[in-house]
Amino acid sequence: MIEELNIRITGEAGQGMNTIGVVISKTFKEAGYHIFSHQDYMSRIRGGNNFYQIRVSTDPVHSPRERIDILIPLTAEALKIHEKSLDEDNIAIVDKKRFNVENCENYFCIDFYNLADEAGGNDIYVNAVCAGTLAAISGIDMDIVRKVLSDIFSSKGNKIVSNNKKAAELGFHKTKDTFDTEKFQLKKGNKSPRYILTGKQAVGLGAISAGCKFYSAYPMSPSTGVMETVAQYAEKFGIMVEQAEDEIAAVNMVIGASACGVRSMVSTSGGGFALMGEGISLAGMTETPLVVGNFQRPGPATGFPTRTEQADLNLVLGAGHGEFAKVIYTPGTIEESFYLTKRAFNISEKYQIPVIILSDQFLADSARNIDKFDFDREAIERDYITAEEAKKIKDYKRYKLTSSGVSPRAVFSLIDEVIYLDSDEHTEEGHITEEAEIREAMVNKRYHKKMKSLIEEFIGPVVYKLEKAEKVFFCFGSIFPVLKESLESIDSNRLAMIHLPQVWPINKNKIISLIKNAKNVYTVENNAEGQLAKLLRRETGVEVNSSILKYDGRPFTLDELSAHISDVVKSK
Amino acid sequence: MQPQDFKSNDPIAWCPGCGNFGILTALQKALSKLDKAPKDILLVSGIGQAAKLPHYIKANCFNGLHGRALPVASAAKMVNPELSVIVSTGDGDCYGEGGNHFLHNIRRNIDITVIVHNNQIYGLTKGQASPTTDQGYNTKIQREGVILNRFNSLAVAIASGCGFVARGFSRQTDDLAELMVKAIKHRGFSLLEVMQPCVSFNKVNTYEWYAERLYKVEEDSSYNPKDMEAALIRSFEWGDKIPMGIIYHSETDTYQDRIGKDKNPFLNQNYNDISEILEDFV
Repeated sequence: MIEELNIRITGEAGQGMNTIGVVISKTFKEAGYHIFSHQDYMSRIRGGNNFYQIRVSTDPVHSPRERIDILIPLTAEALKIHEKSLDEDNIAIVDKKRFNVENCENYFCIDFYNLADEAGGNDIYVNAVCAGTLAAISGIDMDIVRKVLSDIFSSKGNKIVSNNKKAAELGFHKTKDTFDTEKFQLKKGNKSPRYILTGKQAVGLGAISAGCKFYSAYPMSPSTGVMETVAQYAEKFGIMVEQAEDEIAAVNMVIGASACGVRSMVSTSGGGFALMGEGISLAGMTETPLVVGNFQRPGPATGFPTRTEQADLNLVLGAGHGEFAKVIYTPGTIEESFYLTKRAFNISEKYQIPVIILSDQFLADSARNIDKFDFDREAIERDYITAEEAKKIKDYKRYKLTSSGVSPRAVFSLIDEVIYLDSDEHTEEGHITEEAEIREAMVNKRYHKKMKSLIEEFIGPVVYKLEKAEKVFFCFGSIFPVLKESLESIDSNRLAMIHLPQVWPINKNKIISLIKNAKNVYTVENNAEGQLAKLLRRETGVEVNSSILKYDGRPFTLDELSAHISDVVKSK
Repeated sequence: MQPQDFKSNDPIAWCPGCGNFGILTALQKALSKLDKAPKDILLVSGIGQAAKLPHYIKANCFNGLHGRALPVASAAKMVNPELSVIVSTGDGDCYGEGGNHFLHNIRRNIDITVIVHNNQIYGLTKGQASPTTDQGYNTKIQREGVILNRFNSLAVAIASGCGFVARGFSRQTDDLAELMVKAIKHRGFSLLEVMQPCVSFNKVNTYEWYAERLYKVEEDSSYNPKDMEAALIRSFEWGDKIPMGIIYHSETDTYQDRIGKDKNPFLNQNYNDISEILEDFV
């Protein structure tokens, strides 16, 4: 009996790989296992080669593996591409006839396309056949597969549900009858967390939960899933979702809605974010709350549209010309994606600033099963002058100078007085000025005073095994789970990690006190420059000894990063 | 309300004699006829001399980025349909820097009013060609004269489905105020282009130049502004005679109508309990 199973389903774009991925993930989850899935796909709608990889385990899992146990190629081409990852310990499930395979010695040969045809007269049922086959191989009860198929396909009608069930049953029985399925039988799973979410869904739900009522964006991989999630529930929650003509329009629309006192959000990827730079600066100047998601993909320019990288850190740190306070959150998990999105709304409104959620394709598209969110965490804190409060106000000044740098924010029509918001340097009333004295006071307000409070609002860092460690690894964003699991697998008290869920502004004293006993400091990053290492040096004076960097557009796997870390440890 | 109720105390920074003064006077007059309190009116602008106008009016103001007044204005109207949203923009701001937003917000048919101060020149950057500068016009940059086609904003607006397309003249403030009221009352995106001489940098298109050419379309009693074909033909008229007044007028359903009237995010900021929808992710 085994405790972990890694499955890779691979084929062309358009073969329904997402559906089979979801069916299999849910099946194992329902059977009491922990799952982690991630996707590797090309920037095309049909053809090419994509894969959906699922890690199933009796214990919680948070990162992808290099090795796979079961390969399910849906085409002969896919088999050829992924065959190199096969060895004596793993298997490929192969349709001999369809793929023109002569020798089945190294494969599990099963005529799954025939079975699909028998079940529903259509190749698409191969997905359900595979689900049945996997259930047989790993020892999952067919009742669970049937239930999952019913849940997923119920909206498509009884016929589709029964065809899928039949296909799964055919796959299940054929596998049982044909193969010795002992090798990959999983130890019994305990109760596992109830919900399966991707990073992009967690951000979308976070926004809805934060009371977002206006969402505008221009579609761009890998951020579009956030807009889809919000749009899915727009009707239910009275959210206005508007597809903008370009990213410049999107960010300006969100600023317009937010200036009206409505919680609003925009998401994009690096290229679109670059176009939004001026808008971010506008939010800083007009002191309008703004929440922007940047789901990174590899650049420069169009780069790899559907792959992952963490190379926009510098871009985001420098986003917006001029000097003004802003905050950058870098969630590393599904849960952090949810809570930090909620926090982004609160902080952006409390300080009337832009807040950026910096995620990436890997986190956006990977899924894990998680427990119910704590809805009281990062609970909504609205911050504007209500109609009731407005009645007591005379001579309202939108940019009134205060000790905190934050001026009470009135919104149009809730107050009898008029409000002037201005992108020019302005007086307390919001009118254009060129006075040096006012300029200095306003810069102090927008930058120094707000930054002072924001450093106190610094959240995290998340630390692991810091007590006795000599070697400390820093990371931000989606590296967190794979780094933590790598350190767990190496299990040395000499090694520790610090994850930064917030990279701006950085609380220098907090960071320095955390690593006072460390002899060596490293970073692990999905970029070529070691952007986090440079940020740490600039902001805290911490000298990073070296960085483990990956910039091939793919995420670190657990095996790969563990090996890198072992190398680092060996080199004294 | 009286026009002076819409005067702010911010000192005016335009050149003496600027065509914008007429637009300011007309707008204050128009606003006083709307039966709306200043707090329920939002003026949105980008950058340029036209963009300073909201500061001189007592109403809410969002003076944003160059070319980006329209997205801000549209979103404000989407989330708070009770606001009267008016954009004060120029030929460079609206047709140049913000050209894409001009096209797509006409498509949205959001109930906002866009007043374009058209002086056929860039004033704030000191005299370069704008999208509406006539061919052959010499500037410090376009030294051999402008070689690009003049942007025909009215024709583009009509062809894109804009339901209210009009032209006014900043010197005729009473007529202009009347056009403004009609534009604001039009349900949907309304475009009012105002010919407005730049006394500092445009030495060709002067008050006299416009006065000699501009004529009112309604003088022709057979002119029907609901006739799109006739309106399109008229929108191409430019030279010895330039039409003004309501060139095209036809009401269709607005963005608000299309998405349903009950949509008012500003008034419905009830907080979202997502525990129910989380079950969709089981």
